[in-house]
Amino acid sequence: MQFDTYDPEHFYDELFAGPQQPRSQGKSLIEQIQSLPEGELLQRQQAAQEALFKLGATFNVYGDIEGQERVLPFDVIPRIISAQEWRYLEGGLKQRIHALNLFIDDIYHDQKILKDGVIPETLIVSAKGYLPPCQGLNPAKGVWCHITGTDLVRDRDGQWYVLEDNLRCPSGISYVLENRRVMKSTFPQIFRTIPIQPVDEYPSHLLQTLLHLVPQTVDSPTVVVLTPGTYNSAYFEHSFLAQQMGIELVESRDLIVLDGYLQMQTTKGLQRVDVIYRRLDDDFMDPQVFRADSELGIPGLMEVHRAGKVAIANALGTGVADDKVIYAYVPEMIRYYLGEDPILANVPTYLCWEEKQLKHVLANLDKLVVKAANESGGYGMLVGTQATEAERQDFAERIKANPRNYIAQPTLCLSRVPTIVGEEFSGCHVDLRPYILYGQDIYVHPGGLTRVALKKGSLVVNSSQGGGSKDTWVLC
Amino acid sequence: MLSRVAESIYWLNRYIERAENVARFLEVNLNLILDLPRRVQQQWQPLVATTGDSEYFAQHYGEASAEKVIQFLAFDRNYPNSLISCLQRARENAQSVREVISTEMWQQVNSFYLLIANTAADLTLADLNKFLEEVKQASHLFAGVMDATISHNEGWHFGQVGRLLERADKTSRILDVKYFMLLPSLEDVGTPIDELGWIALLKSTSAYEMYRKRSNRHLITPAEVAEFLILDPDFPRSIRFCLSQVERSLHLITGTPPGAWRNPAERSIGRLRSELEYLTVEEIIERGIHQFLDRLQQEINQLDQEIFTTFLDLRSVVYQSSQTQTQIPIQTQTQSQSTLT
Repeated sequence: MQFDTYDPEHFYDELFAGPQQPRSQGKSLIEQIQSLPEGELLQRQQAAQEALFKLGATFNVYGDIEGQERVLPFDVIPRIISAQEWRYLEGGLKQRIHALNLFIDDIYHDQKILKDGVIPETLIVSAKGYLPPCQGLNPAKGVWCHITGTDLVRDRDGQWYVLEDNLRCPSGISYVLENRRVMKSTFPQIFRTIPIQPVDEYPSHLLQTLLHLVPQTVDSPTVVVLTPGTYNSAYFEHSFLAQQMGIELVESRDLIVLDGYLQMQTTKGLQRVDVIYRRLDDDFMDPQVFRADSELGIPGLMEVHRAGKVAIANALGTGVADDKVIYAYVPEMIRYYLGEDPILANVPTYLCWEEKQLKHVLANLDKLVVKAANESGGYGMLVGTQATEAERQDFAERIKANPRNYIAQPTLCLSRVPTIVGEEFSGCHVDLRPYILYGQDIYVHPGGLTRVALKKGSLVVNSSQGGGSKDTWVLC
Repeated sequence: MLSRVAESIYWLNRYIERAENVARFLEVNLNLILDLPRRVQQQWQPLVATTGDSEYFAQHYGEASAEKVIQFLAFDRNYPNSLISCLQRARENAQSVREVISTEMWQQVNSFYLLIANTAADLTLADLNKFLEEVKQASHLFAGVMDATISHNEGWHFGQVGRLLERADKTSRILDVKYFMLLPSLEDVGTPIDELGWIALLKSTSAYEMYRKRSNRHLITPAEVAEFLILDPDFPRSIRFCLSQVERSLHLITGTPPGAWRNPAERSIGRLRSELEYLTVEEIIERGIHQFLDRLQQEINQLDQEIFTTFLDLRSVVYQSSQTQTQIPIQTQTQSQSTLT
């Protein structure tokens, strides 16, 4: 397979500046791929896919009695980010997480940002992720969002934008680690010649972030990963992370609140738990405080947490900043809390609760992407350019009925990376989700998950909608 | 170790061993039937009787026949003790402790499951024999992989306890098949036909060769076969052997010295094991083999229950503690009616 006929067309291509003009960070890779014997690349692609299945990097498909598991489709052509570009992203992400953490802490304490009129109070109170029971909480070391998976995209002109912050329990890091493991065995010689930043330290950094939350008085702390159970679609990742960190993977039925502590049931009796890395939504954590019908929660957990006897990562209540209306104010937050200009831009966002902007949105539905404020994973969304007139009508009614719940953004033209489709290279759209850990200081894991829309022309990268993934190389 | 994790490893091993023994059941019956004179009708009902689930079978299948019993024991997804159900549950248990067991164990459970799930229910007799052989192999492979790839710590011992309790129970039931099997007629007892039956039984427990080797009395007599499968101290499928290993593992889990006990499970297993050590086969025959096995099966059930309450389900203990608001860490040792001095 050759790149001779590959044409980036009028899109921003991560590896090519034009036909047969590789970008400098991709040059060496392209040369080495070109030099492979005919058919070799397809064979390696096949082998990589099989290796991933063997490693068990799978996600469950709900309601399948055979217990069939699927592997996220994987493409061996990596996305490459130059060292210089990465420094820029790293700085922008650190700044953003820093401000977001200050914002969440402020919201659950003095609400200065509301009092100063930067963000209208009604927007906070009406945000689904805002949890009044968290008011006055003091999470250990003042950190709320310990693990973040920010979604970044790049438009036609190469400009980066933040699409979503994902401050609750972002998933996907297991694919990053497994993809890399497979890539190293698929192209060992390429790794020898190109200086690529390694990704394997993630579990150690994560464990350190979690241990950082333990009070100094606790001698040998118990840290656990809390999973909703084997039927959760990300169960593999929960189990993988627990294994990599060498800590227990628990379900809520293993846990009980007793004598003012959170404890887990072991064969030798009860054992105190000091830190939970939870992969369960806020709503389900404690049926006494949040959803009473939650069977996944641990009654009494919130009380123990409030008394500082168990740390929870991420803290409860961080979802307030995941609301897409609140998202629109992140640049303001950065200016307000840090007195700096935002390094990374937001996608321009129209807020339907403001009358003028609402009018503009309704008049331009055929050009915009409309999103419900509280949905994620590609649900509750209208892509105006691809929708029918009837669908747009229907959405217009929904927006008018509840303007607070909707935002609109221009349709971005995501950047592309050459990808093996059938037996040739095709430009496919990608996004990028780097993972950021907030412990003693803020750490941005080099690279992240590159999701790719494998259907020709599709802009949707979600794994539930036919997306796949690529390895992400950050050069040293 | 988390109680739930210990329980999953326990059941993972029990289900695998159970599947192996289902294969052995089918095998012993197939072999017995083939050796019977033509004038005698095929007997599949007795096999159903040994499962203790005759009622379910009658309801779903009616009269017993070769095809129906094979469908029932091997491929019936609604019958909880069929091969496919055992493997499905073994796999679920393995999946829930995937970060604790080794990758090799997980892979073996997976391929074992696929072996059964991908086998068509309408096997020919020749294929069936091969299939049962593969099932036994897959179980042995799992046991070997587990032995060689994870640390022999608490989790491993819980696995041993599960596997060996299941094996003790199933060896007793395989012996029972012979009891339920109606002999052609009274005068056939002790004839070559009867001997062939005992040989088939020994072979289905992989005991034939070891039985022949154990002494210089090479004869196959019912009493000696029963003695070998119940009381032999060294044969790994004999009930006594299984129970002594269960006891050993339990003691290694708790740290209780041999000959003592600190919880109901240790007490029961100690009693049961020592009874088997000092029992003779004559006494068993006097009580009636079937009656003896029946009681033994009940005691094994009882033991399973005690293991559950001692190690795996602390809710009752937790409940008592929260009632009295004590700060004492709850440990199995608090139930210390210890005989230690």
